[in-house]
Amino acid sequence: MTGSVTPLSLETVPGVLLLEDGSTFAGLINADAVPTVAEVVFTTNMTGYQEVFTDPSYGGQIVVMTAPQIGNYGVNTEDPESSRVQISGLVVREMSRTYSNWRATGDLPSWLAAARVPTLQEVDTRRLTRHLRSAGVMLGVVSVGIVPSDAARALLAAAPRMEGADLATTAATQTMYVYGAQNMAHHIVAVDFGIKENMLRLFSEEGCKVTVVPATTTAEQILAEKPDGVFLSNGPGDPAAISYAPAMIRGVAAAGTPIFGICLGHQLIGLTFGGSTTKMPFGHRGGNQPVKELATGKVLITAQNHGFSVEGDATAVTGAAELQVTHVNLNDGSIEGLRHRTLPIFSVQYHPEAAPGPHDARPVFHDFMATLRARG
Amino acid sequence: MPKRTDLHRILIIGSGPIVIGQAAEFDYSGTQATKALREEGYEVILVNSNPATIMTDPEMADRTYIEPVTPEYVEKVIAAERPDALLPTMGGQTALNIALALYDTGVLDKYGVQLIGANARAIRVAEDRQEFAAAMARIGLSVAQGGFAHNWDEAHALLESTGYPAIIRPSFTLGGSGGGVAYNREEYETIVRRGLDESPTSQVLIERSLLGWKEFELEVMRDCADNVVIVCTIENLDPMGVHTGDSITVAPAMTLTDREYQTMRDAACAIIREIGVEAGGCNIQFTVSPVTGDMLVIEMNPRVSRSSALASKATGFPIARIGAKLAVGMTLDEIPNDITKTTPASFEPVLDYVVVKCPRFAFEKFPAADPRLTTQMKSVGESMAIGRTFKEALQKGLRALETGRAGWEIGSRLIDDRLEDATLETLRGMLRQPTPERIFQVKRAMQLGMSDAELFETSAIDPWFLAQMRELLEAEVAYAALTDVTPAHLRGMKRMGFSDRQLGRLRNETEFDVRGRRHALGIRPSYKMVDTCAGEFPSETPYLYSSYDEESEAPRSGRKSVIILGSGPNRIGQGVEFDYCCVRAAIALREQGYETIMINSNPETVSTDFDVSDKLYFEPLTLEDVLEIVEREQPMGVIVQLGGQTPLKLTRGLEAAGVKILGTSPDAIDVAEDRRRFDAIARSIGIQQPENGTATSVGEAVRIADRIGYPVLVRPSYVLGGRAMQVVYDDVSLRDYFETAARVSEERPVLIDRFLEDAFEADVDAISDGVMVVIGGVMQHIEDAGIHSGDSACVLPPVRIPAEYQDVMRAHTVALAKALGVVGLINVQYAIRDGEVYVLEVNPRASRTIPFVSKAIGVPLASVAARVMCGETLAEIGFTEEIVPPFFSVKEAVFPFKKFREFDPILGPEMRSTGEVMGISESFGLAFAKAQLAAENALPRSGAIFVTVNDRDKASVAPIVKRFHAMGFRIIATSGTAAFLAGQGIPAEKVFKVHEGRPHALDLIVNREVVLLINTPMGKHAQRDDYTIRQAAIANRVAYTTTLSAASAACDAIEALATSQRVDVRPLQDWHAMLAAGRALPA
Repeated sequence: MTGSVTPLSLETVPGVLLLEDGSTFAGLINADAVPTVAEVVFTTNMTGYQEVFTDPSYGGQIVVMTAPQIGNYGVNTEDPESSRVQISGLVVREMSRTYSNWRATGDLPSWLAAARVPTLQEVDTRRLTRHLRSAGVMLGVVSVGIVPSDAARALLAAAPRMEGADLATTAATQTMYVYGAQNMAHHIVAVDFGIKENMLRLFSEEGCKVTVVPATTTAEQILAEKPDGVFLSNGPGDPAAISYAPAMIRGVAAAGTPIFGICLGHQLIGLTFGGSTTKMPFGHRGGNQPVKELATGKVLITAQNHGFSVEGDATAVTGAAELQVTHVNLNDGSIEGLRHRTLPIFSVQYHPEAAPGPHDARPVFHDFMATLRARG
Repeated sequence: MPKRTDLHRILIIGSGPIVIGQAAEFDYSGTQATKALREEGYEVILVNSNPATIMTDPEMADRTYIEPVTPEYVEKVIAAERPDALLPTMGGQTALNIALALYDTGVLDKYGVQLIGANARAIRVAEDRQEFAAAMARIGLSVAQGGFAHNWDEAHALLESTGYPAIIRPSFTLGGSGGGVAYNREEYETIVRRGLDESPTSQVLIERSLLGWKEFELEVMRDCADNVVIVCTIENLDPMGVHTGDSITVAPAMTLTDREYQTMRDAACAIIREIGVEAGGCNIQFTVSPVTGDMLVIEMNPRVSRSSALASKATGFPIARIGAKLAVGMTLDEIPNDITKTTPASFEPVLDYVVVKCPRFAFEKFPAADPRLTTQMKSVGESMAIGRTFKEALQKGLRALETGRAGWEIGSRLIDDRLEDATLETLRGMLRQPTPERIFQVKRAMQLGMSDAELFETSAIDPWFLAQMRELLEAEVAYAALTDVTPAHLRGMKRMGFSDRQLGRLRNETEFDVRGRRHALGIRPSYKMVDTCAGEFPSETPYLYSSYDEESEAPRSGRKSVIILGSGPNRIGQGVEFDYCCVRAAIALREQGYETIMINSNPETVSTDFDVSDKLYFEPLTLEDVLEIVEREQPMGVIVQLGGQTPLKLTRGLEAAGVKILGTSPDAIDVAEDRRRFDAIARSIGIQQPENGTATSVGEAVRIADRIGYPVLVRPSYVLGGRAMQVVYDDVSLRDYFETAARVSEERPVLIDRFLEDAFEADVDAISDGVMVVIGGVMQHIEDAGIHSGDSACVLPPVRIPAEYQDVMRAHTVALAKALGVVGLINVQYAIRDGEVYVLEVNPRASRTIPFVSKAIGVPLASVAARVMCGETLAEIGFTEEIVPPFFSVKEAVFPFKKFREFDPILGPEMRSTGEVMGISESFGLAFAKAQLAAENALPRSGAIFVTVNDRDKASVAPIVKRFHAMGFRIIATSGTAAFLAGQGIPAEKVFKVHEGRPHALDLIVNREVVLLINTPMGKHAQRDDYTIRQAAIANRVAYTTTLSAASAACDAIEALATSQRVDVRPLQDWHAMLAAGRALPA
């Protein structure tokens, strides 16, 4: 997918993951892997590794799969969530040497190697997950060697932290483009902070023409497109670091245009109206997060992938009186959904578009569409 | 939503006796449901005829009815208890069917009983193929189209749903002969007619071609607020065509992309909503084309099932427990996750391990039965194993089966893998027709160079699974060829699940060599927790499995601990009774403050419920696996005498490794098995045994038999369930026996006893603390000597054994327990003939009858035994005197003959029953009648009785027939028997034998013109007739007895039924209150 770069070798040699706190996890890594530093996060998704690896929100992360056997069904051309592999590195218990699926077009190790993503395998991923759960996610470096090399250590020491890092601006498209047909019933501007393909697919299925714009697009530029609604996408990194976004959101809101945000988009809405965001100890990453819709009491099993959250609880968003909490996470009580008390603005922290993950929350898209239609 | 307050008393129906397809999983689900509902403050009333269950222990439910699980008896219970609601989803198909019958007949309405968990409509729509297909069509899903045809008209009708091309598969023909693909009407008719002709059962399956499609199961739960969660996905290694209970299955699904899985998940959510399971769980099976990805719905069961038990164990999400709470109106988010304790049950478990379930079969017990696996379930038990990879879990699962394979190993002989020769041609043929050995045939095929592509083409096992197996084989070959085994090599092999024994065999070493080396290198398993959340949240519940990884969890607590070894996969001869004993021990010792640690590999059972013991190790019960845990836990000792033969077989190895065995010493266990040592003890305390000897060769056996005289009873030592036990009448048969039994006896000698024909048999269970011995119960067998005690009905207290003989047996039992130094349980089997009491067998361990006796006398013997083993005295515990109940308890065995139609239902010394039922009443006759009814052998009150007995039995049958005649039954007999009866003044109508003309005996049975068959085996020559008649009785549900003693008991029972106004039901708690009242009287 990455064109002309030389793929990594599929031959494996002893390799190691070194975390910021000094702990190490041994395994086997591509023989010619270069030391790679990134935030190390775990995801509990049992299916959908190809979607995870291409999800821009995982951009710049070393992803640990808690599911122990990865690669079983190979890779195909239909499931990627963006145009390239987004993760910086992968840690698994076992990488499947072979694959079997009627849609498969190739094997996972080669696909990752082609994207030069180093894979550390044969790791006690449960020990690593438990460590991240109790110590919190942190930076790590994967490299060749039984013990971390000095070069790897130096690289880790020099690496910038995730807090305060604006990863979204670069993860997003740099040019405006249109997704789907031109002559659709509705027109949405999607502000791309690292958007997943499936969000666009779903809007398209809902009868929308989607104009995807770079993250830094201003309110004026957006409104000039005369959208029926504005969508704020998911994306990687610290929401507070995207300093230009609140002004854009306020501008769009002032025009009375409906706004819908997912994940990073949701966090940005929280920040815009006075709330704050905080880095969670180990985030929510997986396809089994129970979310309660407060108005109905209904529980949705949702797909999630975020390391930051909007501060507050079921009763209120801290510092944002204009916002009302609509959803909470049943595992830890964190905020999962917001609605503006007077404006047509709402957002969810989870991923209703899933991919990978359960489809329970898909109706959120219908809700947004209903808002658009209600406004004619 | 909070729980319902309009309900107070809830009735749960159990599944009755263990039969193939309905086993211990329903004890697990019923027990969980009972506990869950009582926790919420409801009163629970329970009906189940199976005494060998934890759920029927008196302290589990508020009111426990050990009564036949029939609509008639459940109605009696409803009338007596007036429950507000009936929870029908915990007792398998039996409970659902009875609930539906009670609903249809208006009984539930009449008594104002609500169905909760699943309503009548949901049960019906799920059951009825047509309604189900219509329901699926409404939500845009497809079902597999087709069905069975027995004649051309039926086949023609099926064509409408399948269309062309249609696959025609005749049932029970070799290699699918007679079948084919029809592309037009002409071909269709030709193939169908040929298939019907070739099928011995005149049956063909006609369907849209799904052979080789992949099979998946989802366990789904829904609450009354319409929240739905998927608990688990299961993928079958064996593709479509093999019953899921007979398949090797894997959790989670291994080969589905997220897109495909989410499609399936969406379908599952839609199905549970459309069928209308309002608050509870269901199991949904799907099939997926490996070529196009098309998905079809196979079926859904709106209840807990064997798969839900597996899913509960595989994920740590207790489906039955949660299901019971949902049924009373609670919602998923209100129920805590019992494993993490901090998160709610409204989530979907994620696994960071792989679970493999392997079925266990009993074809060695039914040699005539067809071993091919089809859509009818034939396995009798299963093992489950957890590993970090499929490879590791498969190897653990296969060695946990305890069938002599130390992992994915081919048999030492071709025949062990059901092969006649070692050619690829034969393998190709065999791989196409699944048998229990196919998994091993795959390995042989790989060894012979068959490619994965061809393996897939012949077996339709998914290429991914084949590739995993090939990795195992490649690793094996490489390991065997190493000149030097480095620690990394050894560790690598252990990570793939190879046992020390397998590794030893690969390099001509012993298991002990490998273990010694491994330990010296510090290569030890780590233990990881099953926590429902892949480590995302801290977990409180130490439910553990081993793997060769870095980090271990749930370290030693430091408390004084006891390890209890469970009984492994259920099999004939070792079933739920032993699990019952292990669970009782865990509960009792926990109450006494010990940390209890359970090791077991059986996912169906209560013992592997994570909250029964303090720590649960879901591990194979092999010496290697057990020793590693003992080493880690450093327990005070290990209990081996409660789990049947499985732990007993490990005793020597454990002792040799320095492990403390609690209770009776391993040496005493050995004495009981060692004929020579036992003879010495028997002589010293003056106990008679049948003349006997021990043979290690055929020649020796013949000499012994000549000395003591035929008939003789032969059996290998160290077996349970009478495996390979036979009564032999002459030299030829004896030589023949050695040919076939050598395999099971291995190096063990064969025991030869004089067979006491026409003796009474009895069983005594007792308990000893090393000083005092207390009799648990004396049971008289209903069947004569020569029939395995596990297959014989029995009654406690005895009805026909004079008190003086009972006392002799008691005295002998006490003397034996003391002489052997028993600390714990002992079971002694006796025969009484011509005024002489003989000891047949002594087993210093829990017997199969312990749960039955415990329920009959109101004392949990296994609990007492566990405490005694840990040092308490019987006096301290307060069990110092035998309790002889003033009522009768009858145990009756239940057989799988209906499943194995090819098999003659004659009883013998080899045990063949799968389960048991209990009947309790103040009269023996009624207790026996209830037991017969519960065993689905309901006794008639009037009609015609067909008598056909061998010459030897003619004299003895006359008085019995006379009694039947006096009660107004018509007597029908074949010419010889009729003439004899006439001579005794009993009028009998004559009927032709099968070969004499028509209408003959078989016609009478098929037409159900007789209500009871009394038939004793005629000997070799007339066998064919005999066999056909008995088979017909089973097939046509005509009550039958094959022994005169059972016929006599049946007569007692029918007399009792005739003279009682009505048969009462009474809960166990009331029977026990009667015993307590009796005991309170001064002696």
